[in-house]
Amino acid sequence: MREQLSFKIFRWVVLVPLTLFTVVPLYVMITSSIKPLVDVQGAFEWWPSTITLEPFVDIWSTVPLAKYFVNSLVVSVCATIFSVIIAIFASYAISRYRFRGRGAFSGVVLSTQMFPGVLFLLPLFVIFVNIDRALGFTFFYQTWLGLIVTYLTFTLPFSIWMLASYMDGIPRDLDEAAKVDGTTAIGALFRVILPAARPGIIAVAVYSFMTAWGEILFASQMTNSETRTLSVGLQSYATETNVYWNQIMAASLVVSVPIVVGFLILQRYLVAGLTAGAVK
Amino acid sequence: MATALSERPTRAMKAGVTTPGSGPRRRGSRWLTINRWTPYLLILPAIALELLVHVIPMIVGIWMGFIQLTQLYITNWSAAPFIGLGNYKVALDVDSSLSQQLFQSFGVTLAFTILVVGISFLFGMCASLVLQRSFRGRGILRTIFLIPYALPAYAGIIVWKFMFQRDNGLINELLVNNLHLTNDPPFWLIGDNAFLSLVVVAVWQQWPFAFLMTMAGMQSIPEDLYQAAELDGAGVWKQIRYITLGMMKPINAVLLLLLFLWTFREFNTPFVLFGSAPPDSANLLTVNIYSSSFIQWNFGLGSAMSVLLMLFLIVVAGLWALWNRKVSRDA
Repeated sequence: MREQLSFKIFRWVVLVPLTLFTVVPLYVMITSSIKPLVDVQGAFEWWPSTITLEPFVDIWSTVPLAKYFVNSLVVSVCATIFSVIIAIFASYAISRYRFRGRGAFSGVVLSTQMFPGVLFLLPLFVIFVNIDRALGFTFFYQTWLGLIVTYLTFTLPFSIWMLASYMDGIPRDLDEAAKVDGTTAIGALFRVILPAARPGIIAVAVYSFMTAWGEILFASQMTNSETRTLSVGLQSYATETNVYWNQIMAASLVVSVPIVVGFLILQRYLVAGLTAGAVK
Repeated sequence: MATALSERPTRAMKAGVTTPGSGPRRRGSRWLTINRWTPYLLILPAIALELLVHVIPMIVGIWMGFIQLTQLYITNWSAAPFIGLGNYKVALDVDSSLSQQLFQSFGVTLAFTILVVGISFLFGMCASLVLQRSFRGRGILRTIFLIPYALPAYAGIIVWKFMFQRDNGLINELLVNNLHLTNDPPFWLIGDNAFLSLVVVAVWQQWPFAFLMTMAGMQSIPEDLYQAAELDGAGVWKQIRYITLGMMKPINAVLLLLLFLWTFREFNTPFVLFGSAPPDSANLLTVNIYSSSFIQWNFGLGSAMSVLLMLFLIVVAGLWALWNRKVSRDA
């Protein structure tokens, strides 16, 4: 394809600043995580005076990071699995059935995107406390289950919307074929639609996991010292006397690497899912 | 979301065409309606969760705005006096200092949202445009640009917090010791500069999403449109102006709305940067609501403020829908 010189110049004018803007914080995160504490307390050094891996050892003892890690992992994995399953059923219904209340359901689900999380936080907190009190056992309040239920519901609206749009793009001939073979509607969902919708499902799973892994507001009120997740736990490296910046950076790196790697491997599915969802 | 709603008529038409007809087709319609409760069973789990976590708390939240739910009554809600619009009066009374602070906070939030949405959209669009045609290094740049989006929010924000430190941060090292722009290292996380810091960090996190969406949109533009334009002698700029930007209109509309709604209720960035007591210049509404609820324990007032925020967003989304309908009717 023919390219004008002005476009080539424009390309570099765009790409160079954007790359610097994106990369510099990542560079700071990586280099600061291998600096000794004195280096991060004085004036900023572009290059570490001595390279040390101590922060990566210390992060596990300064703060119960392993516990936070397990909490985040359990909550995010469970929220993702349930969110995907529930979204598959709901979006199949929306995509393949005409039923009374379908429009209302879609409307309510999407309008929840508009409401500030703070508005739900307090009532939800109170509802959880009251359910627990009624049952005489802490099911929801400051437990894994409470967080899982909350996060999976947060991700449902966008997941249902994205997956339903993706399923709309799957030709109905596939359903027809399954029907000729004598399967039930639910059988068709599992045998035909699910395999065809795999990119959409992966996209939804990536989105759900990232949302749960990074959530801060609810985690700050709905967890206690036993169920605290990484998003809140990471802030405990700043104590009254010392801010362990090198350990904060090391811990940030440790909690980010798995999710960034996973995202980069699966990103093409996310693009495919978004393309189906948003572009019609 | 508008797409999900607007496509309904076409599908209903398709269904209308297929239902009347010969043997297998009629069996087809029976097959789907064999049990008319099936779709309801399919959406039941979603409905139950939405009710528990979204709908009921929202109703409770709206009701909480009408009672005087301060720390005195927090353990015994039924005793909290009903004060009607009292909380709203407190929040909107022009003379009270609290309401002035609330209006200031609203202004800050609006300015923050417009700047962040505008800049993020511009960055995302420009990056997608220059990365649309393949060249060496395209793949790696695309990957790099998506990293801030993949990074957990708190990890990205905490790095920026470190960079903005007055005495040991990168920004001041750059300004004072590398570029010698000033001798007096400024504070970035308190005072008026805090607003700037907040915008920078939010853009850093938001623009990759705009990039992802616009990139996805451009991938779905048929290649032969460009080839046809090429044959007609249109250069790159003309192709961008008449094909890309034209085809991107619907997705851009959805993207801008989503960015606006999400940015307006942004909580993570100010909360991680400043804690629950941000400087006035960066006092976003969500943090304001959070601190009046969970720091000052005035839940009634916090709820009233949340409802006002929600009403504003509903109005914005409604205006957007009207505008969107007019645009697509004109097109």
